[in-house]
Amino acid sequence: MKYVDEYRDAAQAERYVSALRRVTTRPWVIMEICGGQTHAIVRYGLDQMLPPGVELVHGPGCPVCVTPVELIDKALALAARPEVIFCSFGDMLRVPGSQGDLLSVKAAGGDVRIVYSPMDALELARRHPGRQVVFFAVGFETTAPANAMAVYQAAREDLDNFTLLVSHVLVPPAAEAILSASGCQVQGMLAAGHVCMVMGYEDYEHLAARYAVPIVVTGFEPLDILQGLYMCIRQLEQGQARVENQYVRTVRREGNPQARQIMQSVFQVVPRTWRGVGEIRRSGLNLRPEYEHFDANLRFSIQDITAAEDPTCISGLILQGLRKPPQCPAFGTRCTPEHPLGATMVSSEGACAAYFRYRGAAGTEKRA
Amino acid sequence: MCLAVPGELMEIIADDDPMMRRGRVSFAGVVKEVNLAYVPEARPGDFVTVHVGFALSVVDKEDAALVFQFLAEQDGEPPSTEASG
Ligand code: SF4
Repeated sequence: MKYVDEYRDAAQAERYVSALRRVTTRPWVIMEICGGQTHAIVRYGLDQMLPPGVELVHGPGCPVCVTPVELIDKALALAARPEVIFCSFGDMLRVPGSQGDLLSVKAAGGDVRIVYSPMDALELARRHPGRQVVFFAVGFETTAPANAMAVYQAAREDLDNFTLLVSHVLVPPAAEAILSASGCQVQGMLAAGHVCMVMGYEDYEHLAARYAVPIVVTGFEPLDILQGLYMCIRQLEQGQARVENQYVRTVRREGNPQARQIMQSVFQVVPRTWRGVGEIRRSGLNLRPEYEHFDANLRFSIQDITAAEDPTCISGLILQGLRKPPQCPAFGTRCTPEHPLGATMVSSEGACAAYFRYRGAAGTEKRA
Repeated sequence: MCLAVPGELMEIIADDDPMMRRGRVSFAGVVKEVNLAYVPEARPGDFVTVHVGFALSVVDKEDAALVFQFLAEQDGEPPSTEASG
């Protein structure tokens, strides 16, 4: 596939690995924020190719993983209602709430449908005027423009049977929460390329200056990640803390102005609770008052639900880069992708699932 | 779930509403209809980066080669600037 396969070239990767060895003189701790990058790092064993002492810690960048249990429980309650067609991206179906998941609601007769795009959910609402279509609007800034467009179109068409259960999260406030925490070990960051494709990277310029960390906007293929690491370590070695853009083929400094504009007209910034992490101020999006009749919370007046996590799950610490999956006592034993206890084991971009899939049940196997 | 995938824009499907401007995009031969509202500059033959049915960026063909040129340019630098400090 063009613009994919060439960035997986082993000989080029080898050149970057040698270059990293040349440029690195001491240990560094670098966080990749995005779960897509975590997945690629573990899949290709990039962390095992780095110079000794260079450690990658995995960040909170997986919207599936950080959606709070309370919200999953709300989704389950809505999906079980007879008048509702509940639409979700496929990766949310197996995320455990406090009692079951969307798949079990579907098995019990709930009308749960996997959609590829929010526009598919909108189309279902047009075709089924007698039913209520609820779309589970989960995601980072990358997904928000699509979800905003679905609402924008629904408003234009005056659809009264389409709502969103919104759980949008924003990446820079979470990055700041990590960098500002006392005892933060992270010395450099790889920022998530696809979030920056939409939002640009001016927010990160403030973070880099304020916390004196280099931040490199980075893509998702192995060569992208190796180049991002090289740029980040080169800055660290030189005592610099700037934002650099590795993913120039896709990301511009201002992001995508058209997408940002619609996002801003439909959504407003709100505080948001991150699963396992807690509330982070100004870290989420919700519908603006002008669009609140598309809010499933208001349409169905569902009660706020309080729910408890499985006490053994340390996914909160994993999402903050404070622990790695094999350090969890349940990893690979009580908790597997077949029977996940926490969301980081469910999503393919969750760190626990990536370690289980590519490193085995002990989480330590070397890549073959 | 934030992954976006590059595909080649084969043709543009006209629509009176610029918000519904769409195109047919080929992902290694698998063709899907994609909303182009956020990439008004996209033309057939461009590669667009697509996420949940929306093109969000046009791949810059020249910048796409920089990953391969980068190290050669580094090697041109005096090594002292690379490993100082
Ligand atoms: S292995 Fe399972 S229980 Fe342990 S932190 Fe990961 S998701 Fe939670």
